[in-house]
Amino acid sequence: MNNDKDKLIIGGHEFKSRFILGSGKYSLDLIKAAIENAGAEMITLALRRAAGGKVANILDYIPKNITLLPNTSGARNSEEAVRIARISRELGCGDFVKIEIIRDTKYLLPDNEQTIKATEILAKEGFVVMPYMYPDLNVARDLKNAGAAAIMPLGAPIGTNKGLCTKEFIKIIIDEVDLPVIVDAGIGRPSQACEAMEMGAAAVMANTAIATAGNVPKMAEAFKKAIESGRTAYLSGLGRILNEGSAASSPITGFLRD
Amino acid sequence: MEEKIDHMTYLSDMEIIQSEIMDNVINCRDNYDENKYTDADVKYALQKDVLASEDFAALLSPVALNYLEEIAKRAKAETNKHFGNSISMFTPLYISNYCENYCVYCGFNCKNKISRSCLNAEEIENEMKAIAKTGLQEILILTGESRHKSDVKYIGEACKIARKYFKVVGIEVYPMNTDEYAYLHQCGVDYVTVFQETYNSEKYETLHLKGHKRIFPYRFNTQERALMGGMRGVGLAALLGLDDFRKDAFATGMHGYLLQKKYPHAEISFSCPRLRPIINNERINPRDVHERQLLQVICAYRIFMPFASITISTREREGFRNNIIKIAATKISAGVKVDIGSHNVENNKVKGDGQFEISDGRGVDEVYNAILKSGLQPVMSDYIYV
Repeated sequence: MNNDKDKLIIGGHEFKSRFILGSGKYSLDLIKAAIENAGAEMITLALRRAAGGKVANILDYIPKNITLLPNTSGARNSEEAVRIARISRELGCGDFVKIEIIRDTKYLLPDNEQTIKATEILAKEGFVVMPYMYPDLNVARDLKNAGAAAIMPLGAPIGTNKGLCTKEFIKIIIDEVDLPVIVDAGIGRPSQACEAMEMGAAAVMANTAIATAGNVPKMAEAFKKAIESGRTAYLSGLGRILNEGSAASSPITGFLRD
Repeated sequence: MEEKIDHMTYLSDMEIIQSEIMDNVINCRDNYDENKYTDADVKYALQKDVLASEDFAALLSPVALNYLEEIAKRAKAETNKHFGNSISMFTPLYISNYCENYCVYCGFNCKNKISRSCLNAEEIENEMKAIAKTGLQEILILTGESRHKSDVKYIGEACKIARKYFKVVGIEVYPMNTDEYAYLHQCGVDYVTVFQETYNSEKYETLHLKGHKRIFPYRFNTQERALMGGMRGVGLAALLGLDDFRKDAFATGMHGYLLQKKYPHAEISFSCPRLRPIINNERINPRDVHERQLLQVICAYRIFMPFASITISTREREGFRNNIIKIAATKISAGVKVDIGSHNVENNKVKGDGQFEISDGRGVDEVYNAILKSGLQPVMSDYIYV
């Protein structure tokens, strides 16, 4: 199957790659190789790390043709997230913003209610808003109504590499909400990224799994292949699974007349 | 010959709402090519967990008829998963048969010289008392479509009386504006049913020659206005056989699907009325809706929208109804009298003629027992009006 025409469209921008790479936890000199091997066109960036100063600035390690997705990590409520997003635009990081609002330092779970508020404000200000969220259908709908350009539900608590723990709920959002659904957080292995894509996710975002791998560039490549493979499977339509033991039972349509 | 008005232009008293659903549904219907589907498409649809509109389209295609048994089994499994053994019971009550529409296929149409009448409040109460005695707790109030003879206030009063005797009150009357639905909701109604008859607007125009019903888009957007007015649920249907029934069934399903998508809290209910084929007709018309085709449509609705309610009318025969509730239908009428004023037998005076003839005249007890005998559970009400 030729996937060339299959584009990921977020806020009117087209992407060929469906792998969004995180930029945290790396030794800076490995970031470039990771991006290249991942074939990623979009990379997240914690704004609090971007404002460099004297020490090495992470922005210097990211190729210029890559779309930056600044995130609001560190924000504990919608006001803080909005402020961080505005600063990021001022600094020239573009219109994309990933909203992360976390007020739980143990599990780092997102605050859905505050995220909806921030999404509404920032979408009105012309940002391409990509909210990180706990997979709840009602919230996903609210985020869409608030102007989100994509929805980023978590697969498992961030950084845990536990995979698609919330699979059933992400599936519901994919089925019901007409926005790209990007599985974010918790994806620990290429096979899990592949599974997310098979079930119809528009993209996968991963960071820890690559940044903490034994061989970072190789793992980035493994994820790239897994994501492409899952996407191709989704577009092909998965084959039938026959239930064992569902042998012939007596017909139920024998009553029909006229 | 009277001049016909443009069927796509709203009349001055008709509320216009912002909605993309009609264009969407018409587009789906126009692009539905029932002959392009293959065996593989049907098999593929049947093995999917959640069906896309293309899969629904495949299940409605002619080739899918070859898989009717498999389709029925999948529908049965879905019904069981979402409704278990529950079958809701209700009865319609016709309180007026005056009508200002001229719909060429309908017994109520304004050109038909039938006996017309309109029950007054006391008569309505007597009818309802008689119905309530049978144990039913859900009632569907119907009128012909005449704003003059049965205005919103009149319908509202009937609904207030109904609330005294029933837990669930639905209406199947002429389409109204949002504020009128809000008023009727206050009067106790929480379910609004309106049939589009056919989703082919060109065909629609040739069948609905006069009256408010002639305005296609106003009728189409009824369910949305009802939901905006605060109703809990809406019912919809095409009269299968008026036009290409596969296309109309596809449009009906998409209409329900898009409504639910836009109003996720809304309860969606399908009805499945059909024009019966003329028996012994020498020409076999592939567009005729026989029982096989009707079953196909009902099962396709069920598999596409497994959580939706599906009502089976007394226009179908007893044997069909007894079986379809075991497969896909979840709501059945009983003790149906289509003539005006015929429930209160002590009075023994029918005041007006009915819209059509019914094929299953069983009383509430008989239907109740038949449901039990099928291993299913009759349910009189599963809702509290708040």
